[in-house]
Amino acid sequence: MKSKTADRIATAVFVVIAIMITAILAGLFFYIFIKGFKYISFDFLTSPSSNVRAGGGIRDQLFNSFYVLFITMLITVPIGAGGGIYMAEYAKPGKVTDFIRTCIEVLSSLPSIVIGMFGLLVFVNTTGWGYTILGGALALTVFNLPTMVRTTEDALRAVPRDLKEASLALGVTHWHTIKTVMLPAAFPSILTGAILAAGRVFGEAAALLFTAGLSTPRLDYSNWNPFSEQSPLNIFRPAETLAVHIWSVNTQGLIPDVEAVSSGSAAVLVISILIFNLAARLLGSFIHKRVTATK
Amino acid sequence: MMEKLLLPAKDRLLKSKSSRLDGEFRGKLIVLLCAAIMISATIAITIFLGTKGLQSFTKNGISFIEFLTSTKWNPTDKANPAYGVLPFIFGSFAVTFLSALIAAPLGIGGAIFMTEIAPSWGRKILQPVVELLVGIPSVVYGFIGLTVLVPFIREHAGGLGFSLLSGTIVLAIMILPTITTIATDAMSSLPNHLREGSYALGATRWQTIRKVLVPAALPSLLTAIILGMARAFGEALAVQMVIGNVRDMPSSILDASATLTTIITLNMGHTTYGSVENNTLWSMGLILLIMSFAFILLIRYLSSRRKLR
Amino acid sequence: MVTAIKERTTVEVTVQSKSEFQPENILTVNNLEVFYGEKRAVNGISMIVEKNAVTALIGPSGCGKSTFLRSINRMNDLIPGASAKGEIVYEGLNILSDDINVVALRKEIGMVFQKPNPFPKSIYENITHALKFAGIKKKSLLDEIVEESLKKAALWDEVKDRLDKSAYSLSGGQQQRLCIARTIAMKPTVILLDEPSSALDPISNAKIEDLIVKLKKDYSIMIVTHNMQQASRVSDKTAFFLSGDLIEYDHTEKIFTNPSVKKTEEYISGRFG
Repeated sequence: MKSKTADRIATAVFVVIAIMITAILAGLFFYIFIKGFKYISFDFLTSPSSNVRAGGGIRDQLFNSFYVLFITMLITVPIGAGGGIYMAEYAKPGKVTDFIRTCIEVLSSLPSIVIGMFGLLVFVNTTGWGYTILGGALALTVFNLPTMVRTTEDALRAVPRDLKEASLALGVTHWHTIKTVMLPAAFPSILTGAILAAGRVFGEAAALLFTAGLSTPRLDYSNWNPFSEQSPLNIFRPAETLAVHIWSVNTQGLIPDVEAVSSGSAAVLVISILIFNLAARLLGSFIHKRVTATK
Repeated sequence: MMEKLLLPAKDRLLKSKSSRLDGEFRGKLIVLLCAAIMISATIAITIFLGTKGLQSFTKNGISFIEFLTSTKWNPTDKANPAYGVLPFIFGSFAVTFLSALIAAPLGIGGAIFMTEIAPSWGRKILQPVVELLVGIPSVVYGFIGLTVLVPFIREHAGGLGFSLLSGTIVLAIMILPTITTIATDAMSSLPNHLREGSYALGATRWQTIRKVLVPAALPSLLTAIILGMARAFGEALAVQMVIGNVRDMPSSILDASATLTTIITLNMGHTTYGSVENNTLWSMGLILLIMSFAFILLIRYLSSRRKLR
Repeated sequence: MVTAIKERTTVEVTVQSKSEFQPENILTVNNLEVFYGEKRAVNGISMIVEKNAVTALIGPSGCGKSTFLRSINRMNDLIPGASAKGEIVYEGLNILSDDINVVALRKEIGMVFQKPNPFPKSIYENITHALKFAGIKKKSLLDEIVEESLKKAALWDEVKDRLDKSAYSLSGGQQQRLCIARTIAMKPTVILLDEPSSALDPISNAKIEDLIVKLKKDYSIMIVTHNMQQASRVSDKTAFFLSGDLIEYDHTEKIFTNPSVKKTEEYISGRFG
């Protein structure tokens, strides 16, 4: 009888824990959206931020976030996919492979502030670029690369061995088989992984504080010359992203409407990440269906 | 193909220079270089941060022992600067352990709920919840901590609100999904015969969980906690926004405090690159790097024990 | 993979075979041993494979017949730790040698697998995949080869109106014939079939068997099979494998009516295996 009671109590405790976890998420979302939605307006999204006055928007920060993300993925996806191909297809069991695995593990467990410091040391000071979008993107690449490598490796390993053997048995080289048979088959999983990684990059701030900086020059959105100082596309300009903006207005900002700006920004940030996650799932399953469909 | 009947076997089938140029070699080289970038990044980070982090001892002559053991931090005092980072090291470890203390039971409890109590519907609900928690950026956690948690603690528990406790709670929520995810994997990869055997002996579910399943999954559960702790130790912005960032050793959980990461975050931009104070920040960064290696070694040790079983 | 090959070549294998080249034989196997790590799966077998004939390899599961077959176009290279000693002589060259261009070899010695494994592409692209890699870019020539190979594989009439449809829309038997067609398209000299119809229904099976008999006019065929009737119906010569040894190798008729080894008779009459 006693053990039965204990069992019931334990079950109740586990249910309470599950409810608590769910409640934490619900509470966070509720707070973010309820508080944030009322500040999100067209004006908020399209006007530049202000350093001292109330009523600033997040236009530049939003653009910077997407732009830094874009540059980061431009660097990470090819290198990460290449590394993943090597690990899945060419790496032979041995010391070198073990060492690469250790390196991936180390990189993926480094605190992002440490990666930011490395970025400051190398991409800001050593190169003499100062705070730049490129420096930020490179720091984020270090942060994102392990995820991309693992995603690609897992996706390639999940491709049926049949397909690979079929192509090799026809006298096609390993490399061409990877390019034309295995990568297309693994593409949905790689894409899903890449978008999920993009969500993580989008919300990252600590690695960007000392690399892309806390400021944005006055931007002229009609200037598309990437070498011009005022061009939003210039990768050698400082760029405060949305996540960094939330941090900076709260810790060193002088604006009176800190709470409004950060609530709105937080909601935009979380919504963007939710869209990334949703897109990853939908796109992944959509492409998977198309590739394997019986047309 | 067409021409093969014309060529002798030797010319068709033996390796030649031209067969090396069929793209295989080049492709392999490209992906090898990609993999090599991982190695060079790791080595570069270690070397750059290592040399830079040691400068405050080698160049500025700060005593290594004093740096680690002194509780006096006053780098701006011109006459008598003090570079003791013990309060920050203590702060880092304090928030790490305390947050793990909160998150571990919740995370493992959530994992057990998903795998043992309600494997079908419970998992369908809790899994996405956990994934969404992972997706929330740390600055958002910090911001909510700042606007909700800090005032709440100030009113109900006393003190400034900016405190070790606030940092602990924010971190606990942040590492909760990490622990839950890995603990769930660990629990669900346990062989089913363990459960069946225990139930067959008449054990209740709780007895099975406590006496059979949790001990069997223990190394993996510990790995989950360590990974959570590694994340907590390195987290910077969220903690920095709620902990108060004072240089003194906290005497109570409601006292404001600081960690290695929060001091780096706060002061890196304010100090001149190359100055003594700036260099000490790099030394703190080196401690973070070394701790991150230590966490990996700990996880490796645990996984080697798991394999022995 | 590469290290395994190196080990075996430097010591054991030279590329020029000493044995005499005989045009009526397509392959000569001399004392072939295959290892998976420490474990020996094929124990020094020797046999001569005739040109333009169907050679069946039979024996219980794990007897080494598939391993043997996969050595012939070096598919075992894909398995970590696999290595081979001895000789498989093709056109005067030992194809186990490290000097062999495996990619070129596989164009001449094609393989069809147990489970139909078409690429997740259109029927047309399934056949042109390897052709394009081999440098054939001209559309008219590709079209011609696609039609010719599908006809040879007895699939043309069934698919000619839907060449752009996914290969996955075909039935299992059709998929397997497509796999044979894309192998034929490479104009190989030898086709290796690894239990090609074991995953198919009886009607598809019969079609594949018909096809095999027709194909031997142009190709030398080796087929691994579990099905005694299939071996007796399609093959000219049969080799019986047991625990990595070649027990008996003779004309199919002889093997199935009057085997000279008792073990062979026991296996064929279904007493084990």
